[in-house]
Amino acid sequence: MSETTALGLSARTGGVMVAFTVVFTAMMAFTYDATHEQIQASATEEKMKLIAEVLPGAAYDNALLDDYVQLGPTRELGLDEGGRAYRARKAGQAAALLIEATAPDGYSGRIDLIIAINADGSVSGVRAVSHRETPGLGDYIDPKKDKDKKSPWITQFADLKAADVPACKVRKDGGQITYHTGATISARAVTNAVARAARFAADNQNRLFAAKSGGPL
Amino acid sequence: MDFQAHKDIAWNGIWKQNTGVVQILGLCPILAISSNVVNAVSLGLATILVMALSNLTISALRNFIPYEIRIPVFILIIAALVTVVDLAFNAYLHELYLVLGIFIPLIVTNCIVLARVEAFAAKNEPGGATVDGIAMGIGLTLVLTVLGAMREVIGSGTLFSGIEMIFPGIQGLTLFGDDYPGFLVAILPPGAFIALGFLIAGRNWIEARKQARARANPPAPRSPKTPAEAATSADPA
Repeated sequence: MSETTALGLSARTGGVMVAFTVVFTAMMAFTYDATHEQIQASATEEKMKLIAEVLPGAAYDNALLDDYVQLGPTRELGLDEGGRAYRARKAGQAAALLIEATAPDGYSGRIDLIIAINADGSVSGVRAVSHRETPGLGDYIDPKKDKDKKSPWITQFADLKAADVPACKVRKDGGQITYHTGATISARAVTNAVARAARFAADNQNRLFAAKSGGPL
Repeated sequence: MDFQAHKDIAWNGIWKQNTGVVQILGLCPILAISSNVVNAVSLGLATILVMALSNLTISALRNFIPYEIRIPVFILIIAALVTVVDLAFNAYLHELYLVLGIFIPLIVTNCIVLARVEAFAAKNEPGGATVDGIAMGIGLTLVLTVLGAMREVIGSGTLFSGIEMIFPGIQGLTLFGDDYPGFLVAILPPGAFIALGFLIAGRNWIEARKQARARANPPAPRSPKTPAEAATSADPA
């Protein structure tokens, strides 16, 4: 058959490939378009749920997710690519800062945290947003994986007073934070990140609250 | 295709050609995810859905796909379907997505999906192909479930931990008390290899025994072999 030349075959299969690509890409684009709003709403809701765990809803009355400072790369917070600091206000007064921070020295890489620090310098709460600590060993930094469901390890940071921040170290390093034997590194990484963030918030509080919303520090 | 043919396809997928312990395909998700039952079953269910969809789609389109470029087209279709399933789960079943979410993109890396599309769906009717996808998925899910249970019980002394994320109100079981120290190697990847080895051995043992019995009681009476003799001469598959 003369039509099965290399060129003819290439053109035919190429055409079919293009047709399939167009059809299935269109299918993906259509699905994305149809689900986009719903997914955004779920993501916001999820973020609010996480925030509610570290900062009680009664502590602020502003639209928290819309009131933030865009931080550039910040060494004190372990942020290589920047992050956000959300500002909680009550009746116009500074109430708390919700800071995205990273502990760069976890046992298996970076531990992303959200840390809520009250205006008086005390810590309101901390949660691990994402981490890769060893399952069953170092992953107790995540309360969902912590075997102690009544008082998970990470709740030690809730209501850590401003005066306690210098002692925000694991006991092995002379501080007051407990840890699980055999998995000190994960606990130490989180603890030190919290202490650094608390100091950063205390040092920069006025600038953080004065900066333009959505703008840089 | 009739009912009997579908039944044969299903039995083939679940037992005779089980993806986990016979074809030994798709080890990446099996080993990564099976550290507890809830994760294992979740990935299994997502895989069943994707395999059924991809087998159905490709079987329906098989006459339009040129033989020379079938593999890229298959991969395109599988990746597109996985994306659609991922987005749909995220939007409409968000609670479940929080558990399954990280596993759904992993399904693309599971070569069993491509293997069944190439070996079965591209040559068969859509009905049979869908049954094949579901049966292969169920076979994989069973292996994942048993592996997950073995590793979770030995490794952390619990069963069904994390189930409250799927069914709120139900708690996982703690089997050996709160001070069970755990057995870390069962949870880490080497534990997955060891447990999978036991499963493969277990299946081979059952098959060998079945064949030995078939030989010991043949339809036409012959000199019966001892089970040990039969087992050594049994087909290892």
